[in-house]
Amino acid sequence: MSHFIEQWGPFWGTMATLGQILAFVVVLLISLAFLLLMDRKVWAAVQMRKGPNVVGAFGLLQSFADFLKFVFKEVVIPAGVDRSLYLIAPLITLILAFVTWVVVPVAPGWVIADLNVGLLYLFAMSSLGVYGIIIGGWASNSKYPFLGALRSAAQMVSYEVSIGFIIVTVLLFAGSMNLTTIVEAQGGWFWNWNFLALHTLANGWPMFIVMIPMTVMFFISALAETNRPPFDLPEAESELVAGYQVEYSSTPYLLFMIGEYLNIVLMCAMITILFFGGWNSPIPDAMIGLADWPVWASSLWNFGWFAGKVVFFFFMFAMVKALVPRYRYDQLMRLGWKIFLPTSLGAVALVGAYIVYGLG
Amino acid sequence: MLASLAFWAFSGVAILSALMVVIARSPVRSVMFLILSFISAAGLFVLLGAEFLAMLLIVVYVGAVAVLFLFVVMMLDVDFAELSAGFAENIPLGALVAVVLAVELLMIGLTWESAPQAAALRAAVTPDGLSNVEALGTLLYDDYIYFFQAAGLVLLVAMIGAIVLTLRHKPHVRRQNVADQVQRRAEDAVELIDIKPGQGIGE
Repeated sequence: MSHFIEQWGPFWGTMATLGQILAFVVVLLISLAFLLLMDRKVWAAVQMRKGPNVVGAFGLLQSFADFLKFVFKEVVIPAGVDRSLYLIAPLITLILAFVTWVVVPVAPGWVIADLNVGLLYLFAMSSLGVYGIIIGGWASNSKYPFLGALRSAAQMVSYEVSIGFIIVTVLLFAGSMNLTTIVEAQGGWFWNWNFLALHTLANGWPMFIVMIPMTVMFFISALAETNRPPFDLPEAESELVAGYQVEYSSTPYLLFMIGEYLNIVLMCAMITILFFGGWNSPIPDAMIGLADWPVWASSLWNFGWFAGKVVFFFFMFAMVKALVPRYRYDQLMRLGWKIFLPTSLGAVALVGAYIVYGLG
Repeated sequence: MLASLAFWAFSGVAILSALMVVIARSPVRSVMFLILSFISAAGLFVLLGAEFLAMLLIVVYVGAVAVLFLFVVMMLDVDFAELSAGFAENIPLGALVAVVLAVELLMIGLTWESAPQAAALRAAVTPDGLSNVEALGTLLYDDYIYFFQAAGLVLLVAMIGAIVLTLRHKPHVRRQNVADQVQRRAEDAVELIDIKPGQGIGE
């Protein structure tokens, strides 16, 4: 953003940044529509159903039809709710889900704000996500939403801890909290990606023993952080109807849903950036002579790899939803506090030891 | 221009929301305004060039501490008529405390003299060529490592103290034992019995 202002002056620089933000929002929303469809299709395929197939060819326009339906329905505000907080809650969820994308680099230079503390920003914004849920549950002034909100707050706060420590292992490898630097540090062959970290073998340290479990743990924590199955206790339909969303209808509900799915896509992007090399392709850039490509082509090539990886992890999220039964609440807490927390702390110590003694 | 605009916006929102924390009717709204003032303070930190502190403020205070506040406040059943019943009787005492505090603040504010280097230090918070995070890291982990460790130790003691104070052994509570649950097999729990018609199990 700042380099736009330096290049084109304050007015056009701000306009260029606004344009960039608009492009991010539009691309995210449109891809979200098709990712939602993909989620439902994958789920249907696992259960040997067809899934949505009526609106448009293969049901491609299903999400748009759903969108129209949500928007044109009446906003029902139940009696006895705290009106302003009730309406602010879905907005908080949606806005937080969008602002987080500011620091996500999708291709070399394709990032709105290249913050020095980008990773911390991501972490901070995803830790705020819990507010939309708590406020929504409380403002509904109803039993099930409140119980769902409490569950979900406890769950998100618990798994943030392990996510924080796993992030620390990655930033120790890159030596920076700037997401672009983290991605660039994983360039070259795919074994430089943080989930394998085979470049540490050159120093005689097999760090993949630490990083592969960390990748898996991050994936599981991401499932818990976004309230996805098998950790969808906040909206466990057999116990809480729909958790914190029970009293919401039409557009406010739609905002909650978009925010939730954006967070899921963001988590997929985080897995991609932190562990799977971000926009890097598995073969080194030098081998395909990427430096000689025209800028648009190389940017698209890198963006394609990023998007492909994100879609792959979204597919994994959908498969987990279809395959794994729901956790019990005490199992969830045990996994977060008694297993993930000590393991990730140990991993931080091991990676720190590698940085101090292995690189030596 | 943009920076000063942002400064006035952040500081205005911070002061207004701090005021609203005190005068908001419902405690949940008070907490919400508290969160808003935390976030504005984080924005002021960013304007100062202390982006690391800003992020820490959000992660620690907004993301963790205020969530706990919100939890507690939402669980409370506060009756405001009862709370504000004694308001008139307590006004003299409250006014006295407020006046004393204001006088003390004024005394500090009027007699404050800052060191001659302070202005230069405020203008350049971090040394040249170092990012915020690196500067803080060097201070904490190189220059003042023993103080840092001592602070950590104090926190550890406080944590252990809190756990000891709230720990209660309840001998008759049945707990989930995951290892037992995982090891349980169908053979241990289910028995198939072929019951002849008209005979029953015969026990």
